[in-house]
Amino acid sequence: MISFILNNEIIKTDLPTGYVLLDYIRKNQRLTGTKEGCREGDCGACTVLIGELVDDEVVYKTVNSCLFPLGDVHLKHVVTIEGLNLETINYLQEQFVYQGGTQCGFCTPGFIVSSMGYLISCKNYNLNDALIYIGGNICRCTGYSGIRRALTNTINFLNEKLKGFNSGKNNSIKNLVELNFLPDYFITIPQKLRELKEHQIEEKVNYQKFVSGGTDLYVQRWEELVDKNVYLLSTKNDLKGIYVNNDEIFIGGANTISDVEESQVIKQYLPELSESLKYFGSKQIRNRATVAGNIVNASPIADLVNMLLVLDAKLYLESEQNKREIYLREFFKGYKLLDKSDDEIIKAISFKIPKENYLFNFEKISRRTYLDIASVNSSFFGYIENNFVEEIHISAGGVAPIPLYLKTTSSFLKNKIITKDLIAEAIEIGMNEISPISDARGSAEYKELLLRQLILAHFEKFFPELVSIDLVLKEV
Amino acid sequence: MINFDSIKHVRGESQFVDDYIPYEKILYGYVFYSPIAHGLIKKLDYSEALQIPGVKYVFTYKDIPGENQVGGIIQDEELFAEHKVEFVGHPIALVVAEDFLTAKKAAKKIKVEFEELEPVFDPRVAYEKGSLIMPPRVFSLGDVNEAWSKCDYIIEGRVDSGAQEHLYLETQGSIAYPIENDSIKIYSSTQNPTHTQRIAARVLGLPMNKIEVDVLRLGGGFGGKEDQATHWAVMAALAAKKLKTAVKIILPRQEDMRLTGKRHPYSSDFKIGLDKNGKILAYEVTFYQNAGASADLSPAILERTLFHTTNTYYIPNVKATAISCKTNLLSNTAFRGFGGPQAMFVIESALFKASKVTGIDYHELQKINLLKEGDEFPYGQRAKNCRAQICYNTLEKIYNLPEVKKQINQYNQTSRFFKKAYSIMPICFGISFTSTFLNQASALVHVYTDGSVGISTAAVEMGQGVNQKLIEIASKVLSISKSRIKIETTNTTRVANTSPTAASKAADLNGFAVMEACEIIMGRLKKFAAQLLNVKEDNVQLIDESVYVNNQKTELRWNELIQKAYLSRISLSAQAHHATPDVYFDREKSKGEPFAYHVYGTALIEVTVDCLRGTYKIDSVKVVHDLGESLHEIIDLGQIEGGIVQGIGWMTMEEILFNEKGKLITDALSTYKVPDIFFAPEKIEVHFLENAPNPFGPFKSKAVGEPPFMYGIGAYFAILKAMLEFNPNMELNFKAPMTNERVLMSLYSKIREKVHQTIN
Repeated sequence: MISFILNNEIIKTDLPTGYVLLDYIRKNQRLTGTKEGCREGDCGACTVLIGELVDDEVVYKTVNSCLFPLGDVHLKHVVTIEGLNLETINYLQEQFVYQGGTQCGFCTPGFIVSSMGYLISCKNYNLNDALIYIGGNICRCTGYSGIRRALTNTINFLNEKLKGFNSGKNNSIKNLVELNFLPDYFITIPQKLRELKEHQIEEKVNYQKFVSGGTDLYVQRWEELVDKNVYLLSTKNDLKGIYVNNDEIFIGGANTISDVEESQVIKQYLPELSESLKYFGSKQIRNRATVAGNIVNASPIADLVNMLLVLDAKLYLESEQNKREIYLREFFKGYKLLDKSDDEIIKAISFKIPKENYLFNFEKISRRTYLDIASVNSSFFGYIENNFVEEIHISAGGVAPIPLYLKTTSSFLKNKIITKDLIAEAIEIGMNEISPISDARGSAEYKELLLRQLILAHFEKFFPELVSIDLVLKEV
Repeated sequence: MINFDSIKHVRGESQFVDDYIPYEKILYGYVFYSPIAHGLIKKLDYSEALQIPGVKYVFTYKDIPGENQVGGIIQDEELFAEHKVEFVGHPIALVVAEDFLTAKKAAKKIKVEFEELEPVFDPRVAYEKGSLIMPPRVFSLGDVNEAWSKCDYIIEGRVDSGAQEHLYLETQGSIAYPIENDSIKIYSSTQNPTHTQRIAARVLGLPMNKIEVDVLRLGGGFGGKEDQATHWAVMAALAAKKLKTAVKIILPRQEDMRLTGKRHPYSSDFKIGLDKNGKILAYEVTFYQNAGASADLSPAILERTLFHTTNTYYIPNVKATAISCKTNLLSNTAFRGFGGPQAMFVIESALFKASKVTGIDYHELQKINLLKEGDEFPYGQRAKNCRAQICYNTLEKIYNLPEVKKQINQYNQTSRFFKKAYSIMPICFGISFTSTFLNQASALVHVYTDGSVGISTAAVEMGQGVNQKLIEIASKVLSISKSRIKIETTNTTRVANTSPTAASKAADLNGFAVMEACEIIMGRLKKFAAQLLNVKEDNVQLIDESVYVNNQKTELRWNELIQKAYLSRISLSAQAHHATPDVYFDREKSKGEPFAYHVYGTALIEVTVDCLRGTYKIDSVKVVHDLGESLHEIIDLGQIEGGIVQGIGWMTMEEILFNEKGKLITDALSTYKVPDIFFAPEKIEVHFLENAPNPFGPFKSKAVGEPPFMYGIGAYFAILKAMLEFNPNMELNFKAPMTNERVLMSLYSKIREKVHQTIN
């Protein structure tokens, strides 16, 4: 039995946990404000808010309901556009109307929900952060100028109004209710969720499949999952937690990409990782996709994996019988082939805390900068003191059947004095480690050239004087 | 001033086809389609599909009671392939089941055996093989052959532009159900209800009066639902009739992309001749249009390509040949601009190349050749109220072009890998359906006894705000509050024989019809009020819901007047028909006055290219646009801003790819990328040209839907200019879209060959 609150209504349903939330909202509940635009998390028209009780407050996140297993709404608050509406339109909606932020209207509810997700879950409003929240929403009438105007005005309005309001931890929702941005039933949700939790009955369910975040599984194979009870790794708290132990940073397998992005530990020890993750999917996807899922999916262009490869991350695998550790660089055996049995899950990963003088850079080129899959991505991590390379590690995604660590290139660079020639030589070695294929993300020839450029870009970032025009334009 | 519809949009209360439940029992259809590009169907076996529980029926051409023919202009397109498939995605059957997934799973059990035939994908190859949709068309002016000898420069080249997916966020869909009298009612997401009605009648073997098509609104159309919404509506109707219950077909995104046509890719050859001062003396061009497997709207699109051959320039000697090539790809169709953008990209490429050869700045060449009042277009019409030069000059002035140039130069001097550039894109776009007969519309206006008003027209609301514009017009003519007026669904039983909502023309045509219908009612009301007040009709006015006599406000208000008129048996309804006056086009001679007027404008586009990584950013677009007198500024602004970004998308990141077997590779939003909020320029400034009334539009307005799309072409040349800043020796190719891949591969063409050799 899945029990949750949908807008202001308590719902109990016996549908399988693998059923799709979007279908439940549109078909079972006939709430048609949530739209189906692509069913692969690439348009945001189906965006809803998922509220989860954390300590005494409800934390809301935006997700794509088309990729969200129904089972994961258990004991949570699901908010659709209908659940955000007041008697009259709120200031944000009004601005969308007055600034021409809506044309055909099909994408609009998704934009409103994403924007409200921003207003509910953030403080110190500014346009750049707001754009990150709606980066996962596509408007094909391409009325983005109107949307920008609407958001800008709303942010200015709220920042002005909120002066003098208590901006304490739990006050966002209260303030937004008071300012007529949210219906007042939101105030009652924490209590209702607590009651749901107290009255839940543990049941024995036969699970037929593991699902982590499901952001790729529900794109590729949703038809197989809708009638099954899937085991939701994303709900397991023992698979979560980002912390430091000895000289290592640990990240739980079920932690989402957003968890990593927002983690204070990561921001303290490796802020560039957190920064780079804004190019991973969209806000909605990052709120859902997990660390373990990104690894196990084994996509050759997985962004997080690309970064973890240069950090020499270690995986902690667990099954009912067994526990073991393996380095990420050893984990990928071939296209979508892993050193992992079906019953093993990734409990956590870890990597060494970078020393103070580390250099880290992530490069990703895709057809579109945001909400896109890389044509080629590459990470760079190392220590270089007075032009002496202690170590440099470079990874390359999209140029091999697996997420690739450029082993030969990296070991070649170790203990060398960095010069123009060294960079040129490293590139040549790198080129011999790859075997790209042509596909929708680019021709093989392009991917080869692109990796060359990205390696140059890494060095250009730290040694601009070495990466001269003549080096860049020099024929290999 | 707001668009009333948008209040429903922001609350998620606007309904689209998939949101309707018009019938208690609904079955779902899934289209089974060809996996190969060209072949003969040797055997079709769907017996296994029928065995699956929940499956109700599998429809093929054999189940069609009328004609298996959905072609509009040319009847060359079967609803279901009978013996031959001509593209990957060619519908063969429709599986109908109790739910969508069952239908889809059953479709996988259908077995077909083919005898494969050689496919053709390239329009030039198709042309060589004689595979044409129709005979080539030629437009000409003056005599190019004579002109070449007078030219100081003659430049030739080839230009290619790619397809573009409409990607309306609401996919194609319809619901059909039986009603009495052996009739069918269809709810469809179509821009062209009458076409849908006509084809459904043809396929079902029914008279048109037994098919009712109703359209509430579209979640985007952009031309993609002008002809190609029909198939799914007709299939649903066919199934509903046979199974005697409602049948819904909503194409999943991937099927929508695989089964429906795109903007036509064009491959073109040009030859342009100029004198030493940069004046164009002659222009010869051949357009190879990739029509795909059937005609669809290709002939009309081809014609519009010819109409826009010279964009906004005067060229005294022109010969333009356009060839619609039949290939084994999706049947390409209407898309905002309708063949115009493809033509404009060619002439701009020709000018750009000419600037490199002559040494005269590209934008100087544009200016030297801009249209002037009275200049003749290659189709015989002369430029009237020509605003080409004023738009261009205003743009240079208000956006301070010298300063823009200066800042770009400064930036480029200090930046090694990032290069900036600007480009200017002037446009001229003809307004009217070039098939003259389509330039008609009618409106039905009812005033109810409580003073509220309901209006039905042929216009389909798809985000372009036509409904609100009609409200503005009716409110002005009737002089009543806009809140009293409701625009009804577009329904073939209320307004018949409609033209499609297309050609940017819906507000013009339907606006005039509404205006005329409201004037009829106003005439009756004035006459009645005069009787009532016992004054002369000429002295009566209705202003802001009050009756005035000799400019004096009386006690008589709108509500009371309507009540009394009703009781006095005055008709409170009117129907009016409007036909655009004076437009005609002689297809034999390719001459005439096809357009009611032209829309002019100029855009300044600034970009930054990262020449190390091969990526770019569109920094800003600044426009001077000729709108006439805007009917609704926020709607018009939205159309311009949106059109620009969609046009930039076509020129830059949007790329349609097929594999060597003709299967679409970019068949999902994960592989076909369109502009998002980060890619769209942060700054789009639009200046509406002032004091520019349009005598041929309702309340002096101009059409707005398509013209701004073509400003996007400027992004291509801005990127090209920035690339040349970095690598002046780069080989010039005019191939769109200018994807990141194309940027990098062009900048490093020599190096990439070496890199490739190293690896292999």
